[in-house]
Amino acid sequence: MASDLRLVEAVKATLGEEMARDESVVLYGEDVGVAGGVFRATDGLLDEFPNRVYDSPLGESGIVGAGVGLAAAGMRPVAEIQFQSFLYQGFAQLQQHASRLRSRSRGGFSCPITIRTPYGGGIHALEHHSESFESGFAHVPGLKVVIPSSPAEGKGLLAASIRDPDPVVFMEPTRLYRSLRESVPDDDHVIPLGEATVAEEGADVTVVAWGSMLQRTLSAVDDVDADVEVVNPRTIYPLDTDTITESVKKTGRCVVVHEAPETAGFGAEIVSRITETAFYHLEAPPERVTGYDVPVPMFAREDAYLPDEKRIAAGIRRAVET
Amino acid sequence: MPRTTVAEFSVESLEILAPDGSVDEDLEPSLSEETLFDIYRTMRRARRLDERAVALQRRGELGTYAPGTGQEAAQVGSAAALAEDDWVVPAFREQAALLTRGASMGSILAYAMGLEEGAETSAEDRALPPAIPVGSQALHAVGIGWAQAIRDEDAAAIAYFGDGATSTGDVYEALNSAGAYGAHTVFLCQNNQYAISTPRENQTRAGTLAQKAVAAGIDGIQVDGNDALAVYEATQRALDQAREGNPVLVEALTYRRSMHTTSDDPRKYREEEEEVDWDRKDPIARFEAYLRGRGILTDERVEELAAEIEAELEDAVADARETAAEADPADMFEYAYAETPPWLERQAAASRGGGDADGE
Repeated sequence: MASDLRLVEAVKATLGEEMARDESVVLYGEDVGVAGGVFRATDGLLDEFPNRVYDSPLGESGIVGAGVGLAAAGMRPVAEIQFQSFLYQGFAQLQQHASRLRSRSRGGFSCPITIRTPYGGGIHALEHHSESFESGFAHVPGLKVVIPSSPAEGKGLLAASIRDPDPVVFMEPTRLYRSLRESVPDDDHVIPLGEATVAEEGADVTVVAWGSMLQRTLSAVDDVDADVEVVNPRTIYPLDTDTITESVKKTGRCVVVHEAPETAGFGAEIVSRITETAFYHLEAPPERVTGYDVPVPMFAREDAYLPDEKRIAAGIRRAVET
Repeated sequence: MPRTTVAEFSVESLEILAPDGSVDEDLEPSLSEETLFDIYRTMRRARRLDERAVALQRRGELGTYAPGTGQEAAQVGSAAALAEDDWVVPAFREQAALLTRGASMGSILAYAMGLEEGAETSAEDRALPPAIPVGSQALHAVGIGWAQAIRDEDAAAIAYFGDGATSTGDVYEALNSAGAYGAHTVFLCQNNQYAISTPRENQTRAGTLAQKAVAAGIDGIQVDGNDALAVYEATQRALDQAREGNPVLVEALTYRRSMHTTSDDPRKYREEEEEVDWDRKDPIARFEAYLRGRGILTDERVEELAAEIEAELEDAVADARETAAEADPADMFEYAYAETPPWLERQAAASRGGGDADGE
């Protein structure tokens, strides 16, 4: 059985199912209780699980830090950070404690916390509501970084993240919350972390894209005179290098698309790995289509900042025509 | 509209044992002779451990070490008040509190030798590893205390931090959210008068640190931190309140008699007269006088104890050296994740010299 759901509905359904499945799962964050979250991703869960959904006092360091304690005491905390840009306030707790509790206690403790956080541009939000810091989180050993690109992935990856024994930053693309509807399995649906998927098969060029950029890439492909293979990593860290490598070995060409700035973006890591694992199969220099190296502009200029179908198509052409 | 007073506050201070060891009998807690002796014993163990650790550091066997000398009553008095299931969330100077809770001197020395083996605690130990980033750990005690509230359990968590930490946002968030969540948490602030070189009066204009609880809507109390009985009593009451979902901040007034760490030289920023003045208020001397007065301690018992501690220290140093000798560098890969990701496995193989970084 399956239901037609939007991403935000898939997230909510999964949270409810995971709470029903495991009584150590608790939900908390700013406005997640009575209001059901600013995107309504937790709407109704407080009524369903009265003692397991909490409105937090404001303060992201406090939210992440309390989660470390909850996890140490045997709970499975699922925290919402209202917008990813505010996770910077909790970054110290992520970096100094959540990510390394396991290693510094030599496995005596683990920190199975899931930080859900809406991210990315394209919804005309205020300043500090549109960033994509996946490469920053991926640069913290001990963390996992997961980004769904569809409602069904939202369910499968969130379930896997909550069940994972290590801390996960689960980044939900705001642009996809309500813009896309698809069939989502009703029953237990888990997508293992660390496994990429080939979203579209092709022979001429590999495009790696995630989050809302995946949808744009899939529609940009229609404007390109080439047989494009699109790889969706789903998990940013740990990255499924093998699937990307195999694809690039087949196509000999590669483009990485992301909305974060180019310099030290996760595209740099992917391109670097490809040069290590598939260098002699490359027929053209790898291309990157990304946000620019500027602070994300306010929304009046965000369309000029975010990679669109035109820029993505141009990047693919560069790779194919070289 | 008139101006009215909508909030006022006061802060209580508790002292039971005077610096000369005389006791306020009305306030004296009824502790068994065994408990009293244990408190004394652990304070002595902690003091000798500090001395030995500093000596080992000076000859290059330990890395940086933060002595707790002078703060033994604040730590042992508070940790002794904990129930078996209660949790300790230490900063990095809590050797005395950890010894009270059963940690071994060997593990404390191993930590100072730069080995994670010395921080190898688990939920069974009811203690988190030491926390270096100042103030950050207070939030973990909130999470642990909140978990007890959610599960309707009796246990509580105690967070240790110092005067400097009360200036951090994390400590404010901790006090505030503990109140909002009804967490079973006690915050034990050891006001040892210095954050490295910065004296308490430069840290904040607040007249007491205990009053930082007021803004968070939780109870705060000041206690003579060099008086083990007062610290025990205040912590015991705070724990009782915390178990009911009412977190408490206890400010223990004490003095860091030694250096901040072995890399520090207090002569740069404080006068000897001040140190001498605090020597007179030493927590161990005072507690010893009290126990002698009650007939719990004799010269013979003190000598016996000193010999026991020396033997314990010898074993601990030997244990720590053995841990260091056996430490496998490859362990760093073992504990990064529950399951080592493939790319990390590749690095681990390369580090062993067995593989290379080429996926071809």
